[in-house]
Amino acid sequence: MVQLTLPKNSRMTRGKTWPKPEGATNLRKFSIYRWNPDDGKNPQLDSYWVDMDTCGPMILDALIKIKNEIDPTLTFRRSCREGICGSCAMNIDGINTLACIYGMDEVKGDVKIYPLPHMPVVKDLIPDLTHFYAQHASIMPWLETKTNRPAKEWKQSIEDRAKLDGLYECVMCACCSTSCPSYWWNGDRYLGPAALLHAYRWIIDSRDEATGERLDDLEDPFKLYRCHTIMNCAKTCPKGLNPAEAIANIKKTMVERRV
Amino acid sequence: MAFLTDRKRAVGMGSAKTGTEHFWAMKVSAVALLLLIPMFVFTFGPMLGKPYAEVIAYFARPFPAIIAALTIGVTMMHFKMGVQTLIEDYVHGTAQKVSIVLMICLSYAAAATGIFAIARLAL
Repeated sequence: MVQLTLPKNSRMTRGKTWPKPEGATNLRKFSIYRWNPDDGKNPQLDSYWVDMDTCGPMILDALIKIKNEIDPTLTFRRSCREGICGSCAMNIDGINTLACIYGMDEVKGDVKIYPLPHMPVVKDLIPDLTHFYAQHASIMPWLETKTNRPAKEWKQSIEDRAKLDGLYECVMCACCSTSCPSYWWNGDRYLGPAALLHAYRWIIDSRDEATGERLDDLEDPFKLYRCHTIMNCAKTCPKGLNPAEAIANIKKTMVERRV
Repeated sequence: MAFLTDRKRAVGMGSAKTGTEHFWAMKVSAVALLLLIPMFVFTFGPMLGKPYAEVIAYFARPFPAIIAALTIGVTMMHFKMGVQTLIEDYVHGTAQKVSIVLMICLSYAAAATGIFAIARLAL
């Protein structure tokens, strides 16, 4: 049976309230999930006060400011700060999104930040995405061909290239998969929206010659058919993509080759 | 503890090469129910609270009896597949298999009981 409550050692406790910066008049409270694998304690919610007058406009700006000026032990991933690397995916104000492109003005009141839901936590805001990446690798995210390599390039019409729009932009931040209840309950077997969106990206690629094998690999009650069109993936995607539609299209293709 | 690689864990036992049939059957029965349920409501509804003899006479006619029997049969087959998906979602291990078997038996039993009742009325 799925576990609907948090295990004892994952229950949140009240954390530390860090002192307010001196002389600041425009303060905003940030409640941030903290967990350290080395101290043996339960996760806690620490409170920080950030001076908005000297902080950038994005959530990531505040996190970096907290790390630089208040608490250097706060741990999170970040890299590009412009929504292209997918590193800073976290749950902000109840929504899985990228901290770097989520504006401070999009949150009302205090800002609550947790790691991506239902994933093992490495430390603080860093989830363990090992299985998520392995699932992505398992769908063969590359061009698979049997025909001899052409002298120049694999040609693709403008119309066929357009079919990849809305798919190739995925940065594998894991916001969608970790927002999906089917992935929460059956993530060990269900591939999840991100991996399936990537699978579809290669299924409809006019240059790819492994369409049949790709569909064969997905033809499974758990790998593909755990998707019940809940649509959390499309709602949460920070890049505005629609993994649910891609999954529905895989199902349509499955039916097409059978009926 | 098992020394499995990440890839081995992700691939598991591979694809079961099934699932589309179940998905398609769900769609087909859903469309059938979309037509059957309104017809059932409009044929079965007027008989609610009517005297026994009138109900017997009504269901002796082929159209209401066939609609009622089809609705019960298709609903229970749709229910059987839907509840199997639901159990697969939330229940794992041996309990999952036992629940699926029980619910499938229950679905067939409910369908058989309903259709038998209609047959008794109609024939």
